[in-house]
Amino acid sequence: MGKPARDRVPAVEQTGEDRIAAAFALRSGSAALMPYLMGGFPDIATSRAIGEAYAANGADLIELGVPYSDPLADGPVIHAAGTAALRAGATLDGVLGVGEALAGRVPVVLMCYVNLVLARGADAFAQTLREAGISGLIVPDLPLGEEPAIADACAAHGIALVPLVAPTTTDERLALIGARARGFLYAVSVTGTTGERGSREQAFGELLARVKAQTTAPVALGFGIATAEHAAEAAGAGADGVIVGSRLVRAAAESDDPAAAAGELVAKLAAGLIR
Amino acid sequence: MTGRGPLIEAGVEHRFGPYGGQYVPETLMPALDELETAWVAARDDAGYKAQLGDLLRDYAGRPTPLYLAERLSELAGREIWLKREDLMHTGSHKLNNALGQALLAKGMGKHRIIAETGAGQHGVASATACALLGLQCIVYMGAEDCRRQAPNVQRMQLLGAEVVSVEAGARTLKEAVSEAIRDWVSSVATTHYIIGSAVGPAPYPALVRDLQRVIGDEARAALLERTGRLPDRVIACVGGGSNSIGIFTPFVVDADVALIGVEAAGEGLDSGRHGAPLTVGGRAGVLHGSLSAVMQDADGQITEAHSISAGLDYPGSGPEHAHLRDSGRARYVAVADADALRAFREVTRLEGIIPALETSHALHYALHVDGDGSQRDLVCLSGRGDKDLAEVIAQDDDA
Ligand SMILES: Cc1ncc(COP(=O)(O)O)c(C=O)c1O
Repeated sequence: MGKPARDRVPAVEQTGEDRIAAAFALRSGSAALMPYLMGGFPDIATSRAIGEAYAANGADLIELGVPYSDPLADGPVIHAAGTAALRAGATLDGVLGVGEALAGRVPVVLMCYVNLVLARGADAFAQTLREAGISGLIVPDLPLGEEPAIADACAAHGIALVPLVAPTTTDERLALIGARARGFLYAVSVTGTTGERGSREQAFGELLARVKAQTTAPVALGFGIATAEHAAEAAGAGADGVIVGSRLVRAAAESDDPAAAAGELVAKLAAGLIR
Repeated sequence: MTGRGPLIEAGVEHRFGPYGGQYVPETLMPALDELETAWVAARDDAGYKAQLGDLLRDYAGRPTPLYLAERLSELAGREIWLKREDLMHTGSHKLNNALGQALLAKGMGKHRIIAETGAGQHGVASATACALLGLQCIVYMGAEDCRRQAPNVQRMQLLGAEVVSVEAGARTLKEAVSEAIRDWVSSVATTHYIIGSAVGPAPYPALVRDLQRVIGDEARAALLERTGRLPDRVIACVGGGSNSIGIFTPFVVDADVALIGVEAAGEGLDSGRHGAPLTVGGRAGVLHGSLSAVMQDADGQITEAHSISAGLDYPGSGPEHAHLRDSGRARYVAVADADALRAFREVTRLEGIIPALETSHALHYALHVDGDGSQRDLVCLSGRGDKDLAEVIAQDDDA
């Protein structure tokens, strides 16, 4: 790891990787809860309030999504929320501001499509994340093979670049990706885009067993996990973390008081995980 | 295997200079590997080549004619040779690619086909190939394009395809591609995605080029045989860039032949309402799985394109074109909606050929922009304009 400039950060800086590791360590034996937040949806201020409600109701980490014009890995709910956020004027800097505000309470991992990273430049992007106190970066359209430049930039700034694996990933790729994982490994539980689905406890177990054989990093399961039962199934199947997205975004979209609705759901999800 | 070098034999190009790549969700990576392996085997397989060659000849009507358009030549003051892809079955070059990929998919055991379409020509070509080969076909098409290319929606449905109207964004080609990719992320085990242009993640840009270069191979051979001389310029319209890369490819080695790609200037390059990322330049970006020239804002959000022709209404471009541009081997220019409409009428009246609105952009450039001393232009007449009649007549009523 290169030596980052230390001008704007405290002398006892923890890296993003350190913060993420601590959050997972706190829940060893169970699973860390990582709700997904669409930054800037329905607007910047409300999305910040939703994130604060997540933190107050049992979130161990927050996955903060940056709205994007062409979200290829997302299903209809998150796609629509991203489109609405952009229409409401959300910008990358606005969303990073939300991340900075939340980072004081829980580690924040940014979920951001690759073109937004390239537009700013990998190094400048990673530096901005560090300055905002954001711990990690998930890039859903940056598979193994395309990641080196962004991985180097993240490493230089202490940002954990979290790779994804899917049920279609071969064991050969799993081994390579598992070795490169920083912070945690994001296991996509379904062959598909984000969205709510029924119970698939057995599929969780098979995927987690394959993934955990290939990495020492914590493994968080996401995509299609919507209820406290799903979360408990994932934890029971060996997930170190559980990511819940579309269900929470839908709650925010459907409620007159999005922060309260989202907070209530996160509390239920947290109660489903043995603490 | 024939005499390809070891590097080529191992696969196809993933990068063209800095452009290209595979910026897709991990879920798709094994399918891209599988597709590349299948293509590398098929392109040298005697059985596959014979089957595709027979279909292109007996079913699709290849070779297409090369026509010296005398009245257009008179207007332009130089020879205008038209490569008549409009005379191919289904009315455009798109069938070259759709047939090749549908055959490949069948060989891979994938019996569900998805495709995106803008003008409807690639959708019709895919639906046609699937009807012929007994494959299921689902076509994603922006709602605005379903409206302005309605005859092609009906053709696809008659051919047995399911047409899914996409409501997102500007409801045009970009959203149709995105929706097709999302379908593929969920269905990849059983489904092949026949992408319709020389765009997308590797191996698609190279695969589509390889299937479309028949246009250029035939035109080059026919010109040499009939006149003993190459053209001074090769001109083609560029949406994603498949008819253009197809006709350019065999001429890339002919240093004296200028290659000119014509994008959509829409309502004008300064208006921001265009589809000309190669012409305008600026920072490269990732759209639909590859790095190339794209239209985007300062944050990197992809912006909406605009063109009167649905097939050129796309904010991205094929990565090989971006590389041909940067290396100076090809030049990219843009023609506005109004000029394309004028060329559409002119060519219809002068030659009795109704060209597609997409193609009309290239025709305007050949007919009305200074020829730089060219004595002989070869223009790819990429498709016929029957699908555009309602749109052109509506424009008249507005005028
Ligand atoms: C007749 C015709 N020409 C050109 C195009 C543009 O596509 P490409 O640039 O891939 O050739 C289309 C696309 O729909 C078309 O239908």
